[in-house]
Amino acid sequence: MLKNKDLLGLKDCTAEEIYEILDAAVQMKKLLKSDCKQSDMLKGKALVTLFYENSTRTRSSFELAAKYLGASEVNISVATSSVQKGETLIDTGETLDAMQIDYVVIRHPMAGAPKLLAEHVKASVLNGGDGMHEHPTQALLDMFTMREAFGKIKGLKVAILGDIKHSRVAMSNLFGLKKLGAEVFMYAPATMIPKEIEKLGARVCKSREEAVEGADAVMGLRIQLERQHGGLFPSLSEYSKFYGVNDAVMKYAKKNAVVLHPGPVNRGVELTPGLIDGEKSLILEQVTNGVAVRMALLKLLADYREANL
Amino acid sequence: MKLLIKNGTLVTADGEIKADLLVNGKVIERIAPAINEKCETIDAKGKHVLAGIIDMHVHLREPGFEGKEDVESGCKAAVKGGVTQVCCMPNTNPVCDNAVVVTYIKHRAEEVNLCKVNPIGAITKGQNGESLSDIGKMKSAGIVAISDDGKSVANSAVMRLAMEYANDFNLKCLCHCEDANLVDGGVVNEGYNSTLCGLKGSLRAAEDIMIARDIALSESLDIPVHICHVSTYSGAALIKSAKERGVKVTAETCPHYFILTDDIITSYDTNTKVNPPVREEKDRQAIISALKDGTIDCIVTDHAPHSLKDKQVEYNLAAFGISGIETSFALSYTYLVKTGLMSLSELSEKMSANPAKILGLEGGGLGEGAAADLTIVDLKEKYVIDGNKFVSKGKNTPFNGFEVFGAVKYTIVDGEIKYRG
Repeated sequence: MLKNKDLLGLKDCTAEEIYEILDAAVQMKKLLKSDCKQSDMLKGKALVTLFYENSTRTRSSFELAAKYLGASEVNISVATSSVQKGETLIDTGETLDAMQIDYVVIRHPMAGAPKLLAEHVKASVLNGGDGMHEHPTQALLDMFTMREAFGKIKGLKVAILGDIKHSRVAMSNLFGLKKLGAEVFMYAPATMIPKEIEKLGARVCKSREEAVEGADAVMGLRIQLERQHGGLFPSLSEYSKFYGVNDAVMKYAKKNAVVLHPGPVNRGVELTPGLIDGEKSLILEQVTNGVAVRMALLKLLADYREANL
Repeated sequence: MKLLIKNGTLVTADGEIKADLLVNGKVIERIAPAINEKCETIDAKGKHVLAGIIDMHVHLREPGFEGKEDVESGCKAAVKGGVTQVCCMPNTNPVCDNAVVVTYIKHRAEEVNLCKVNPIGAITKGQNGESLSDIGKMKSAGIVAISDDGKSVANSAVMRLAMEYANDFNLKCLCHCEDANLVDGGVVNEGYNSTLCGLKGSLRAAEDIMIARDIALSESLDIPVHICHVSTYSGAALIKSAKERGVKVTAETCPHYFILTDDIITSYDTNTKVNPPVREEKDRQAIISALKDGTIDCIVTDHAPHSLKDKQVEYNLAAFGISGIETSFALSYTYLVKTGLMSLSELSEKMSANPAKILGLEGGGLGEGAAADLTIVDLKEKYVIDGNKFVSKGKNTPFNGFEVFGAVKYTIVDGEIKYRG
């Protein structure tokens, strides 16, 4: 049984809770891969996706997860610009709550927004990414994928390369992987490394090779073009030359190492096209697993709600 | 009208003395071991009598932002906090950059008739950082200093001209030190906790660079300058070394910088959002040291009241600021004097004498002939801070639940009792 009505981040989850979600996702993946991927486990439940930022995969993944389990779903898009002048987040949340929804998935450009929402609604809040803070379901699907590939998480060496500073994916993976006993190595230009990240258990490396050396999994993070305009790096080609992952870098990883990326990927920037499409890549498997993990989470939260609310 | 304060302990620059104090009209007429006079009498037995607290960094929000505070609610909050005199910052709407607004604020303060209100004029028109306000006319209307508080005058050439011009009118620049480009949208201190919370951080350097610049201008021009709300250990070090070589720099800090660290931001409680941000333990320790060794001259509140709707939003969207004027004495007493870090006389110097000296204000001391601005406190009385009980419109405090000592019992302004606790 999960311990909270919401999933705001992996920072506050226990290892037991994470394992519980990953275990439940195994069953969900079977359902997902079956001929009739339809269940009525969540029949009569309603989910709203409330996105203040663009998203393709996270949003459709949540929506499909809800549909496959028989819940109804509605999506609400809010232009970022209207955050500051429109209805407040609390008012929006209370309005949705009044429509008797069970879940709200929120993506928001500002850290802490899901927590604020969760404090003001009865529905379960699922963090679909908040600012530079957390993206817990992405990290859960990443861990699920790694566990599928290696049978365990404990003892794995995971290398994360890219814009760590602005990456909620990196943060959630760091929190989750450390809790499950993996080692996390990071590499990026100094402009993309957040302060004192090592205190959270990450090892910040001096080179790509050092980060990837002996790694079981190598994760590239999306470089956002606007960061270049912000001066965090001079050009995409320079980034790819000094910080991208290619075959030569992958030679330092373990033989059976896998390549991960949360997507959408900039081909030839974070990862070479050969790696993205190659046999080490689990990038599309990650997408499948994302649906399974979210199905599991919705079911577990429903169980929590039934038991506690 | 006479007012006799009997049996109290007077907190003077030279220490604490048991004596009676007789007020006649607006001045302290006599201080003596035992005064007997048939007039209104306060029995201050077991209580301490201090020179009225002067808070030289306050936002009264009027005109323009009366939803957050107005002159009346701000002055009520001030006297409740034992403050007899405030200096109010010009970031109102319209900005206090002309004599009309100065006159309006002074007029409102007279109507309210609680504490003394000294407006601070904007350095530049509309706080635009470009062209100087009518500094001379504002001086005639009653300003006591100039400041573009809330931001720095980014253009050093404009700042230089402001300092030179204001100095002719015997006005100091009060410098909010912040390199806006370097802050770049940061909302908390940049460090471990900003990483942990995914909140955009702001480096100490963003504050220090402007402290260094304003010290450099002061030194080059030989014109005094005052640094607002110092929050960094490194900024304090810059001020200390400048003072050692004789630069005419003075400085202030606020209770939140010597009591809190950025560990509090992990709650995402927007009441912890303040500019400059609360920083780390080594900064907190350095600010205390700087208060003790005289590097930092005074304690102010940067009283920044906000309405609930300004704070009950996402952390990034929330307004910066802490409503602090009702809690500054108790917090300062509890965390600086009760802990043995300084004497009550030294605290009184930081909260009364030095602000008066820096801005050339009346009050600030206990002595025969001085202004009868007095704060009487009960140091043994403890209470728990609850922002919802503030009389300020701004209930925004990160100190909810803090147990403090030092309840304000009387606030006396110009010989009149303006608050009874």
